[in-house]
Amino acid sequence: MAEIVIRNLRKEFGSFTAVQSSSFKIEDGEFFMLLGPSGCGKTTTLRMIAGLELPTSGEIEIDGEDVSQKPASQRDIAFVFQMFALYPHMNVRKNLSYPLVSQGMPRDQVRAKVKEVAKILGIEHMLDKPVGGLSGGDRQRVALGRAIVRNPKAFMMDEPLGALDAEFREHMAIELRALHDRMKATTVYVTHDQLEAMQMGDKIVVMNHGVIEQFGKPQDIYDKPATMFVANFIGSPSMNFLRFHGKVAAGAKSVTLHHHKLAIPQMRMPFEGDLAFGVRPEHIQLTDAGDYRGEVKATEYLGTTQIVTLETAHGAVKARVASGDVALVGETVGLQFDKKTVTLFDNQTGQALRSELNEGVLAHG
Amino acid sequence: MAEVLLRQIGKSFGKEKAVADLTMTIPSGSFVVLLGPTGAGKTTTLRLISGLEKPDAGDILIDGRSVLDATPAQRDVAMVFQQYSLYPHMTVRDNLAFPLRSPILKTPEDAIKRKISEVAEMLRISGKLDNKATALSGGEMQRVSIGRALVRDPSIYLMDEPLSSLDAKLRADLRVELKSIQADLGATFLYVTHDQIEAMTMATHIGVLEKGRLVQFGSPREIYESPVNLYVAGRLGTPRLNVLPADIFGKAPSGAKTIGLRPEHIAQGKGKPASVVRVERLGDQTRLHLKLDNHDIITLTDVHTDLEPGDHLAISPRNPLFFDANGARIA
Repeated sequence: MAEIVIRNLRKEFGSFTAVQSSSFKIEDGEFFMLLGPSGCGKTTTLRMIAGLELPTSGEIEIDGEDVSQKPASQRDIAFVFQMFALYPHMNVRKNLSYPLVSQGMPRDQVRAKVKEVAKILGIEHMLDKPVGGLSGGDRQRVALGRAIVRNPKAFMMDEPLGALDAEFREHMAIELRALHDRMKATTVYVTHDQLEAMQMGDKIVVMNHGVIEQFGKPQDIYDKPATMFVANFIGSPSMNFLRFHGKVAAGAKSVTLHHHKLAIPQMRMPFEGDLAFGVRPEHIQLTDAGDYRGEVKATEYLGTTQIVTLETAHGAVKARVASGDVALVGETVGLQFDKKTVTLFDNQTGQALRSELNEGVLAHG
Repeated sequence: MAEVLLRQIGKSFGKEKAVADLTMTIPSGSFVVLLGPTGAGKTTTLRLISGLEKPDAGDILIDGRSVLDATPAQRDVAMVFQQYSLYPHMTVRDNLAFPLRSPILKTPEDAIKRKISEVAEMLRISGKLDNKATALSGGEMQRVSIGRALVRDPSIYLMDEPLSSLDAKLRADLRVELKSIQADLGATFLYVTHDQIEAMTMATHIGVLEKGRLVQFGSPREIYESPVNLYVAGRLGTPRLNVLPADIFGKAPSGAKTIGLRPEHIAQGKGKPASVVRVERLGDQTRLHLKLDNHDIITLTDVHTDLEPGDHLAISPRNPLFFDANGARIA
């Protein structure tokens, strides 16, 4: 069990800065996600926490102890990779026992420990099978088991589900989270899949180009994105941005886009310049009335809901509406935006403007 | 563009029956998606139509004429594979021109030029025409390989999971693009995937395959709302269909063995008490993982629900689907 504190962490590879200056705290027992596109610095951050890379500057504390310059072997952390590395010539039991035997643990203790872990993972019946004949999922379970038997302070996982197909990934994600709920071990998990991060994480750090864009609870990050990058990266389809030039005063409850007055959460700061009106697809209703209008370009049926793509004066907009709603391609309809959920962004810097919606989150984000 | 008719097609590989007694009409101008897990016979069906495989039984008709004796080239089909195979030493332009310059088509160069610029426009790769194929991103390469099919005007386009190697955002974009390209061209598409989102969003008709057999054929809405059996019901919908004993909520139609409940078809507030195991917040939706008499159930709830693990709530079914012991739909 461990609390991990990261302070001003920085990593350079020659002239390339992989991680700029990261600070965040991972609470004891948390399932913590490092999320971002490839090249954003998430894996480098994970490897620094594990001790596989040493930081250029900054600090990593595990349970109050500064481990920044300590090698991996002295950090008591278990690492699970995307490609599960098992010993192919050994059976499941030997694969699980190996980390303990090599630590010099007595045989009967090893036996008991392996049994306990196999039970947690539901792989007791395959202990004497060779790992060669196992399915992808079972191999993954054995690889996890090898990390668990050592009873480390924390688990580091680098896209452990990345190589699995969609249906199975969903299943393993639920299983992994349930396992975490039973064991409550601090876990740091790297992924580029926003759904996986939302689904499994207690907290998420969103990274881009080595910089932390936002850090917080999944639902807060989704509802109150701090930047346009976050708003765009999280959610599918992603947030719509209606770009316009205009101004808002502190205390304003509406903005004017192209002669249309649209309601927004009350602003806490004034702004004038290039703006983006950010609204998520499920916060748009199609009505006959609405005086902001768009032409239906395409519909995508998804069972309960459908995605309707509309062409508006501010570009393409996607709305997620009930599949029973009628939207005919070629028709012009009104769009109504749920005012409570709108975020305004500075379109130049991508930063969210403070409003009654997001001020609590942006203050400490 | 052409109608393609499969009549009682069978194909085995050794003892393995890949396709069995498959009858299906692909209407001219339709976008038909074959959906099923690995090994259901999707790719084999595609290869049988293209002529890369010969059926053991049955007939294949393109525009009313049997093509069993025709070579792949004579069948005039265009195929796109999951792994894009471009000529790495050629430019994008030459890659796109290649099929048109084949000895069979022998298209005049000015027509080739026109066609390429049209297709490049459609796929938004106009700016890349003079790049080497290897200097492209994965998404661009896959667009070029789709473009190589689109430059032709075949009787049918056959696509084998063309989007599956792309990342999620790009896949979502190309889904919409492919669908509108197909509609604009009025082309006939047969598209194979195991991704239900692709099937639901692009298809005019979905054919659900199970172990080489066609189990149901219909519009996405028909397949989702009126599945013929438990297998089809379970193929569409995220989160998945909940499958429970038929009488768990009380009286069930006679002969019913199981009840199938889509996550959105569970009413909250009255009915049987269930306990909350986990609250999964995905941003646009919040899923509740429930335990009801030792059965796991997933349902959707208010995005900002206050429910927490350990809480209890009453649930009841809405629009339930009932299945008999063989999995066939009875109500």
